Amino acid sequence: MKRGRTILAALFAAAMVATACGGAGTGGSGATTTARPAVIIGSTNFYEQITLGELYAQILEANGYKVTRKFNLGNREIVEPAIESGQIDLDAEYLATLLAFIDKDGKVAKPTTDPKETQAGLQKALDPKGLTVLDFAAATDQNGFVVTKDTASSKNLKKISDLAPYAKDMILGGPPECPSPQRPFCLTGLKNVYGLTFKDFKPLDAGGPLTVAALEGKQIDVGLLFTSDPSIVAKNFVLLDDDKHLQLADNIAPVVRKDLVSKDDGTLKRLLNSISAKLTQAELNDMNKQVAVDKKDNKDVAAAWLKKQGLIK
Amino acid sequence: MTLIGDVARWFADPAHWQGSHGIPVRVLEHIELSGLAVAVAILIAAPIALYFGHVGRGGFIAINVANIGRALPSLALLAFALPISFALGLGLGFWPTLFALIPLAIPPILTNMFVAIREVDRDVVDAARGMGFKESQILRSVEIPLGLPLMLDGMRTASVNVVATATLGAIVAGGALGRFIVDGLALQEYDQLVAGALLVALLAIVTEVAFAALTRASAPPGMSVSR
Repeated sequence: MKRGRTILAALFAAAMVATACGGAGTGGSGATTTARPAVIIGSTNFYEQITLGELYAQILEANGYKVTRKFNLGNREIVEPAIESGQIDLDAEYLATLLAFIDKDGKVAKPTTDPKETQAGLQKALDPKGLTVLDFAAATDQNGFVVTKDTASSKNLKKISDLAPYAKDMILGGPPECPSPQRPFCLTGLKNVYGLTFKDFKPLDAGGPLTVAALEGKQIDVGLLFTSDPSIVAKNFVLLDDDKHLQLADNIAPVVRKDLVSKDDGTLKRLLNSISAKLTQAELNDMNKQVAVDKKDNKDVAAAWLKKQGLIK
Repeated sequence: MTLIGDVARWFADPAHWQGSHGIPVRVLEHIELSGLAVAVAILIAAPIALYFGHVGRGGFIAINVANIGRALPSLALLAFALPISFALGLGLGFWPTLFALIPLAIPPILTNMFVAIREVDRDVVDAARGMGFKESQILRSVEIPLGLPLMLDGMRTASVNVVATATLGAIVAGGALGRFIVDGLALQEYDQLVAGALLVALLAIVTEVAFAALTRASAPPGMSVSR
């Protein structure tokens, strides 16, 4: 990961020089460039974000757009101002988290557990910034409750509410702050929304290696991981469906500058939406696993997925 | 000043004294973890220190090697011990913490044991040899009893260090008193955090006092232990 980051930093620097010299970038794969606007795609410093950036970049390149990649820029505190100020045109975002980020006190809209509602609220908050959010994917990156395959099959667990008859004999593991009454999306939410009371809570880490190890070692029965965590695929865990919508809708969606959309004939929107339409949780998690566990290159993983989905040739 | 009141209320809450997360369980977990770490350290250090102390050569090499344990930060050792514990199937919490604490406990025990044997009056050892004592008898009946107070002194230092450092175990999902500190920080419950820190300090003081008493009691007749 570290070396990859250095390479990306070098690429980023090269891209900066290239754009400074008058935008003589590397074009698409030879398709006719009939007034296709140039697109600068950004991402935060997290492998999932780079894969998503690659998905957007490669589908656009395949359709004759000139794409500049500015990946691995930093956290949202860096990337969000970058798209607002036009240093980048497009990035992959998470509905509820972005809404909470740009509208901190919830004056315009508050994120909810419903992705449509959250998307509408987010658009309202993005309007004055000259940004627009396109279609969201089914895939999310939010708090998820996970069990091992053994537990899931022996107790026939598919969704969180299936835990009802078993929770009293189960140990839940998650970040130490999970039991706090100020954290409505963890232990408190499981009790209030699902009526679940666990036998015990084991303080571990926030969707990290301790939780994965504790699940694997059967020191806990249910663990809190992020829904797109690659270890869910790698370790054969079962992500329980949040059927009563406890978590805020952090579905993945592209955010684009409006001035770019207005320069375009609608193809860009259509292409990006075609990715969101096919990007399910399982598909995203599989790509994350290929990158984070199998150490494949984001570029190759994205290309293979787009081909598999029939989105590029 | 409200914090002091909060901490007092935290201690007064009977809920904090019950169950698997209560103070008595956490104190016992802490003693179990620290006690085992010191016991293992003694088992490792004793043969080395007693041998080199008795023959009187090479001991300083052993001491210097053991002192690496002092230089390594316990947090780094814990991070190092975690994957090893996973690989051995020992899981989280207790075992990785134990692995991290042992290298911390070895140096004072080893150094003091070596010096304790070394510093026994050579005339006494020679007299024993002259009376026909075997080497093992000299060690067992002369050197160890006379060196015992100094040896216990090393174990006291090691134990106090270990009791204070065992709190780190909570970072890798262990129990013990560190739980109150780590959870207090995560939950922003500073009364819990301070209460945990006080309990650790108290246990360290109790350890210190207990060893001091033991050291005094261990002195053979006719030998005075200044404390």
